[in-house]
Amino acid sequence: MKENREGIKGWLNPTRYGANRFAYWLQRLTGLGLLAYFIAHIVETSNIVYGKSAWEKMLAFTQTTEGHIILMVVIGMCAFHAANGVRLYIAEHGKGVGRPGRPEYPYRPTSLGLGMRACIWVSVALAALAMMYGAYVLFGEA
Amino acid sequence: MKRVRIRVFRYNPAHDSSARYDEFEVEAERWTTVLDALLYIKAHRDHSIALRYSCRMASCGSCGMMINGIPRLACYTKVYELESDVITCRPLANFPIIRDLAADFGAFFAKHKSMKPYIINDSVDSIDGKEFIQKPEEVDKYLQFSYCIKCGLCYAACPTVATDKRFPGPQALAQMYRYLIDSRDAATDERLKVVDDRHGVWRCHFAGSCSMVCPKGVDPALGIQLLRAYLLGMNRGSKVVAELYSNKK
Amino acid sequence: MVRESSIMKIHYYTGIAAIVLVAIHIMFRLTVPDGYSASLEYENVIANYKNVSYALVLELILVTVAVHGFNGLRVILLELRQGDAWESAVKWLCVGGAVAVIAYGTRTIILAGMM
Ligand code: SF4
Ligand code: FES
Repeated sequence: MKENREGIKGWLNPTRYGANRFAYWLQRLTGLGLLAYFIAHIVETSNIVYGKSAWEKMLAFTQTTEGHIILMVVIGMCAFHAANGVRLYIAEHGKGVGRPGRPEYPYRPTSLGLGMRACIWVSVALAALAMMYGAYVLFGEA
Repeated sequence: MKRVRIRVFRYNPAHDSSARYDEFEVEAERWTTVLDALLYIKAHRDHSIALRYSCRMASCGSCGMMINGIPRLACYTKVYELESDVITCRPLANFPIIRDLAADFGAFFAKHKSMKPYIINDSVDSIDGKEFIQKPEEVDKYLQFSYCIKCGLCYAACPTVATDKRFPGPQALAQMYRYLIDSRDAATDERLKVVDDRHGVWRCHFAGSCSMVCPKGVDPALGIQLLRAYLLGMNRGSKVVAELYSNKK
Repeated sequence: MVRESSIMKIHYYTGIAAIVLVAIHIMFRLTVPDGYSASLEYENVIANYKNVSYALVLELILVTVAVHGFNGLRVILLELRQGDAWESAVKWLCVGGAVAVIAYGTRTIILAGMM
């Protein structure tokens, strides 16, 4: 209480502080999700070494509607994390964040400018498109 | 004019086991600031409310608090602009509470100091009537960051500060860049070493919340990205340490 | 001690590399003439593993994603709590996790390649 740190609640809430804070939140969640999927994927594909029947058993277990939905989410996470990650790579190398000057009221921080915000929404749109394409491939064949 | 309900966070760590909110109805004009309202309450309703303020014009940086969940300067926030009939005032997040709305800036200032917020340059010892010449472009590289009033709003908004007590925070890191890029400062490597730490500049993930709330247009997130870029070897050529120049005839 | 900037540079490069490599990996599922599910049939997958350059891509994905992912986890955990015991536990947990995943995945790649 006395310390009054916001704690983990601080980053779990993406609704305050605009687009960049939202992107920060989503980058973290997708990162954790992708790590979890990556580990699960290494485990599921290791079935190949136990022969054809083990592999087919694994496929029967994962190639289900639920499995496809999980994979769609993974595709979306992958697309957002990659696109937003490239944006962060560029911004953290000091590009696209504007340059310091003589701020005039009302202050508009250049680092939160239109370019950065547009990149964030493009990343979200890319994720949505990738998920739709994923759904088309996964469910389209069945 | 409109009537608003102000909810004031009340807590004294010395004897309260939990916090409470006291509520007050006040009348606000279009120009009434949250600080005006709080001072009215203090003068006419309950003088025991603890809060800090001084300049009443967004210059001293003392009146920062969480107003409806966002860190803002009470003297710089008009009741009307909040577009709400209820205004909740809490002490700044991520700062220990002294009492009610007054927060302890000890750790925050210590982090600022750990950034060596002063020009480091050995030739200053031989200054003797000489001066550094700086071109306007060189001034523009740091001027914006020197507008910081150390109000701590950015520190309260930062999601890393919210959990990482060793992280210097946006204010301190932006000040590190302010001195690093000043052409009079010669301690570039020393400065980079301070921030290239496990809990240093790398713990910023450009959530931008600091710049969103900064009341002075400092844009600390910009300073931090430029600091990190410099550490990554970008724009190294942009800094040439100034030499002392005698203007005696 | 490794400097934080060196670790984070690795984070950047593994991230960028992973984008390219994972794109190749996904292409192998999508460019099979008979479609996505056919690409997952046992014989096709084994043939993938026997293709040395593709097996190399898989190995590279394994290493880059494991390093990037576990370093990301390290970053999140370091920011969550501080203290010397916690921080060294986090470090070893993440190094150990990455090594274990890489070792287990490499085993699959080698054994499947020899089948
Ligand atoms: S950078 Fe802005 S928000 Fe942060 S302490 Fe300075 S003036 Fe306040
Ligand atoms: S009272 Fe000085 S900044 Fe608000």
